Parts: sequence; structure tokens; C-alpha cells
Amino acid sequence: MSIKKLLYVNRKAPYGTVYALESLEVVLIGAAFEQDVTLLFMDDGVFQLAKGQNTTAIDNKNFSPTYMALGDYEVNKIYVDQQSLDERGLSLDDLQHLVWEDEDEDYAEKDSIIIVDRAQIADLMEENDVVLSF
Amino acid sequence: MLHIINKSPFEKNSLMSCFACAKEGSAILLIEDGVYGVIANSSIAADIKAAMAKNSIYALSADVNARGIADKVMDGITLIDYNGFVDLTCDHEKLQSWL
Amino acid sequence: MKFTIQVSEGPYTHQASDTAYQFTKAALEKGHEIFRVFFYHDGVNNATRLTTPPQDDRNVIKRWSELAAKYNLDMVVCVAAAQRRGIADADESRRNGKDADNLAPGFRISGLGQLIEGAIQSDRLVVFGD
Repeated sequence: MSIKKLLYVNRKAPYGTVYALESLEVVLIGAAFEQDVTLLFMDDGVFQLAKGQNTTAIDNKNFSPTYMALGDYEVNKIYVDQQSLDERGLSLDDLQHLVWEDEDEDYAEKDSIIIVDRAQIADLMEENDVVLSF
Repeated sequence: MLHIINKSPFEKNSLMSCFACAKEGSAILLIEDGVYGVIANSSIAADIKAAMAKNSIYALSADVNARGIADKVMDGITLIDYNGFVDLTCDHEKLQSWL
Repeated sequence: MKFTIQVSEGPYTHQASDTAYQFTKAALEKGHEIFRVFFYHDGVNNATRLTTPPQDDRNVIKRWSELAAKYNLDMVVCVAAAQRRGIADADESRRNGKDADNLAPGFRISGLGQLIEGAIQSDRLVVFGD
């Protein structure tokens, strides 16, 4: 099977609807296909990565720790839209610290999150072969 | 690239996010409630006009007609049927649905 | 052109399934190939044969089944999403100790990998949702 560049676009907040959880499930299953995977979080999608989620009282599974495991699935290109953060009163510090280990550099730990602007998002969408939207 | 919008611009920010991320030369197709964006003289008509300078904008005629706004479509928007929708997805190698 | 279609909403509440159907039908009639139609999220609810719409309304489920029969479409329902929402074929029902199944003709239940495979194998992935 050929290798394609897949871009997952996440624009929805978690818990209010199931899209965030079920799109994360696609990313995890999709990792087995060893494609070139990129994740983009913009609009309300940036809330998916927020620190300190506590879902006990709504009796929903808190799936936010799963984002921390993405590096182990070799999903390490995670783009976050600066404007969406700004609009929502958030900064990078409000997001979970996602990292991956670079095999080529003696498993050095590197940041997965890359902050981008709208022009860079336009490039991302054009550069990838397939956009998966949830 | 073809951007597909199915949300009313009066309820969701999908169309505005799309405008911000659409490169010059990209096509934008309004379907379902997205077609409410075609209305001339609406509060967002100026944004649509501005986008037309760099993007071609299409709307699905079936959805326009269903919603009773066929006589309000602003100049410069191309109405297409489902066959035209299929053709657009063939003409553009990349697709993004702004759900 | 080879297409995979993703349907992310169920029938009747959202228009997504209607639009996906009209798109798929138009593409087939123009001679394009539909590699797969993949039903995800509430889209799995398009696959219950227990749906009984009023006689003067379209039957969204039957329409998909008939299109599948006519064009030999591969219509795949995500197993994880289906289990959450109570969509099951006879095998799934038995495996999970349920007393009934409801999968409509022309649909099959399989994994999420089928969506990824569709995205990789097709020229275009067209997503219909909310």
C-alpha cells in the first residue's frame, strides 16, 4: 500500500459531542497503516488538548491522556492554530505537553505541538493528500 | 483545493475559518445550510464579495431552492447541481469539509 | 475517478446522509467508481432495517440498500460506533449476547481500518457530516 499524507482536522470541542473522541479513535487505528500523519487542531478543536480535564461528575471517560500517547504511535506532527487559542483566551501553557522520542537522535524527547497561523494552515491543507474531517 | 461548507454562516464560524485558510484560486462550495451564505444584502455579504476576489464560490442549487432563497442569490455565485458537485470534486485534488 | 464517501450523521436529523446519497448516486451515474461508503459516528444509524418512516417521506435506509444492490456498493458500518449505538448484524448480536439484530441489506460491519484504507486507495475522500 502506498504512503499518503493524511491530515486530520479537529475543529470540535470534546464531551459536548462525540466527534473528538471518535476521531481520536481513527487516528489510533490509522497509525497501524504507517502513513504520514499530521493532526491539526483549530476553532473549538483546541479545547481537546486542554490540561486539567476532569470528567468524573459528567460520567464520561476522560480521554485527554490518550493525546499524550500519540508520540508512541509515531503521531508527532500536531499543529495548533494560534488564532483559535487567542480567541478563546488560551495559550500553549494551557495545553497538555505532548512529546515524542526521536529514534534518530538517541530517543531525545521533542515537542509534538507546533503553533501555526492561518497561512500555514492553508499550506498544510494543500500539502496533504487526504484531509479527514470529523 | 475545494472547500465544502455545510453550516449557516449566521450560526457557525465554518465559513469564516474557511475564508481565512483558503488560498487564492481555491474553490468554495456551499451546501445544506451553508447556502444561506449566498443571500445578497445579508450582514456577511461583504465578506463573501471579498472572498470572490480570490476564490470561486459555488452553491448547490438543490439546497438553495429547498430553502426558498433562489431569488436572493448574489451575483458572482455559481449554482450547480449534484453532477456539478461531483465534477468539482474531480477537478480539485484536495478536499476539505468544514463540518 | 475512485471515491470513498464518509457519512458521519444518521438519517432524518441531519441532511448529511441525504447529500451523501445524492452525491454517490450522481457519481455512479457519471461512471465513477465508489470504492467504499463508510458510515461513522451517528452515521451507523443509516444501517438499521427497523426504520419505518411515514409513507410520504423518503426511506433513507432503503434508498442506500437499493443503491448498493444496483451498483454492488461496498457499504461499511464502523463496528465500534455501531456497538455504541445498537446496530448489529446476526454475528455481532450473538457475540455480544443480544436478543436481536437490525443490519439492513447491503451494509456490512467492519473496523475503522476500512475508512483509512478507503482514504489511501481512493483518489478522493468526500466527508458528509455535521
